[in-house]
Amino acid sequence: MAFLKIAHLEKFFGPMQVVKDFNLEVEQGEFVSLLGPSGCGKTTVLRMVAGFEAPTSGVISIEDQDVVRLKPNQRNIGMVFQAYALFPNLTVAQNVAFGLRVKGVPRSEIKSRVTEMLDLIGLPDLANRYPFQLSGGQQQRVALARALAVRPQVLLLDEPLSALDAKIRVSLRNEIRLIQKKLGITTIFVTHDQEEALSMSDRVVVMHKGIADQVGTPFEIYNKPTTKFVATFVGTLNIIEAEVTDPAAGQVRIGATTATLGRPLPKGKITLAARPEMVSLGTVPGRATLLKGRVIDVDFLGSVIRLRADIGGSVLAFDTFNNPNIVPPAVGDEVEMALNAADLLLIDG
Amino acid sequence: MNRIWSWLALSLGLVYFFLPLIATVEFSLKMRRGEYSFDAYRKVLEDPRFQETFSYSVVMALFTIAFGVLLVVPTAYWVRLKLPRLRPAVEFVTLLPLVIPAIVVVFGYIRLYNTSSWLPLTGSATGTNLLLMFGYAMLSLPYMYRAVDTGLRTIDVATLTEAAQSLGAGWITILARVILPNVLIAVLSGAFLTFAIVIGEFTMAALLNRPAFGPYLQLMGANRAYEPAALAVIAFAVTWACMGLIQLITRFSKHTKAAR
Repeated sequence: MAFLKIAHLEKFFGPMQVVKDFNLEVEQGEFVSLLGPSGCGKTTVLRMVAGFEAPTSGVISIEDQDVVRLKPNQRNIGMVFQAYALFPNLTVAQNVAFGLRVKGVPRSEIKSRVTEMLDLIGLPDLANRYPFQLSGGQQQRVALARALAVRPQVLLLDEPLSALDAKIRVSLRNEIRLIQKKLGITTIFVTHDQEEALSMSDRVVVMHKGIADQVGTPFEIYNKPTTKFVATFVGTLNIIEAEVTDPAAGQVRIGATTATLGRPLPKGKITLAARPEMVSLGTVPGRATLLKGRVIDVDFLGSVIRLRADIGGSVLAFDTFNNPNIVPPAVGDEVEMALNAADLLLIDG
Repeated sequence: MNRIWSWLALSLGLVYFFLPLIATVEFSLKMRRGEYSFDAYRKVLEDPRFQETFSYSVVMALFTIAFGVLLVVPTAYWVRLKLPRLRPAVEFVTLLPLVIPAIVVVFGYIRLYNTSSWLPLTGSATGTNLLLMFGYAMLSLPYMYRAVDTGLRTIDVATLTEAAQSLGAGWITILARVILPNVLIAVLSGAFLTFAIVIGEFTMAALLNRPAFGPYLQLMGANRAYEPAALAVIAFAVTWACMGLIQLITRFSKHTKAAR
């Protein structure tokens, strides 16, 4: 039985339905991300789990207990907000102790728990500082410690890294993941940043227009998208127009090249998709399909070079490692690109 | 040329404000013929009616502040959190005391709460005191509400509330431990303004026949020469002390930067 179960969850704001038949089961200690663009309903789902929004219908249960009717302060759910939400009038230690004081935990235990939490987030020396005396990253760590101090059953993270600069974001996301693993706390993380979701999560829920489009491991979400939205939203995708020449054998024509996908395809024109890393410059073992094209753009990115080539109606973007001894192709050069046709994703047909 | 006009305007303003004050202070010191003295102040401070009326008004001010805080802080908080669409209407209601004369309100009170009404508050001294406190709270409502609302604007009320709720706090805990401490400076500003209003208020106290400082000031003004001037200076000093305290508390508040 799942630790946290969300079944047939729906939410209307007036006539507008923002969450549609949302289902999710989260195991104890699992880290699940809700990923999607703005307005897809991910934060609304999180707020319903926290109790800040009442679902129009559906069930939310933690350890088999339906929590929908419980108020937010009765749910034992910790939450970290995008805007930190530290209490400005309290010091770091007092902020961390807040939930424990509310719950009537004895003073001696509060003291030891606060020390333990500040050690956990690596800020043992800042106990007496006020929030305005901390950086954004430090404030968010204190917010995490405050949420964890009460030992919640579930931890909810509502875009906690969005307000931070890029470098802090990367280090803090690693730190959050380490702490989550160490404590083994069931966590739901909301983000619109796919890199964050893919790098931190055990599973990712990609949301679109209030629906969970796909639920899977980061590997599955990236490599085996089941919907067009997931395929285009997660990562960079090359869209390739093709014409099916033999539907039964899965044979298609891409520009001047004929490729065999090895699976039945619908008749007529179809749209295929390929990740940049599925394409290599020149011949490569295991990638039998060779496409010819003309380079239209070269971006030097340091360790890699991103090339864009016209393959006769479609544009293929792909990366090649920078080798100081080899001059990369220039704009206008004819190049050959290799891919494994069986890896191509069928977007629609 | 512009500078000359600026200085002239400033000088005129200063003269307009300070000349009557200086004249009052000077007059209050002239009780003893031919020399300056604090005789008027001594007489006023020794007068048992001064002590009685001033302490009555101070106590009433403290009760009014307590009642005002209990009424305004949760209301302003709730309007901001749950009923933001009602804000213009609530603001309008809080401004009404500025356009409805106190005398109209107090006559309304007397008609509504007289001894033959369903709630005969004017039938006892305690009831009348209670009525006067409600009246004072109403008079100070525009200042108290605005001060608290401005304070609430400087903090993210919704997120702080949700953070506290997720940590297990109920509404009373949220108000007492999160919201009130973070708008304390604003509440104190409102409290000192309330104090100043209550100390000098005449109409309500006189018509409800309560022994407050305002009617005492009027009585002295009608019957004595130098003591009213001394009383006016004392009243000014009390008001200015309140304003100074607002400044002092704002400056020494530890976490004000965070709320900005």
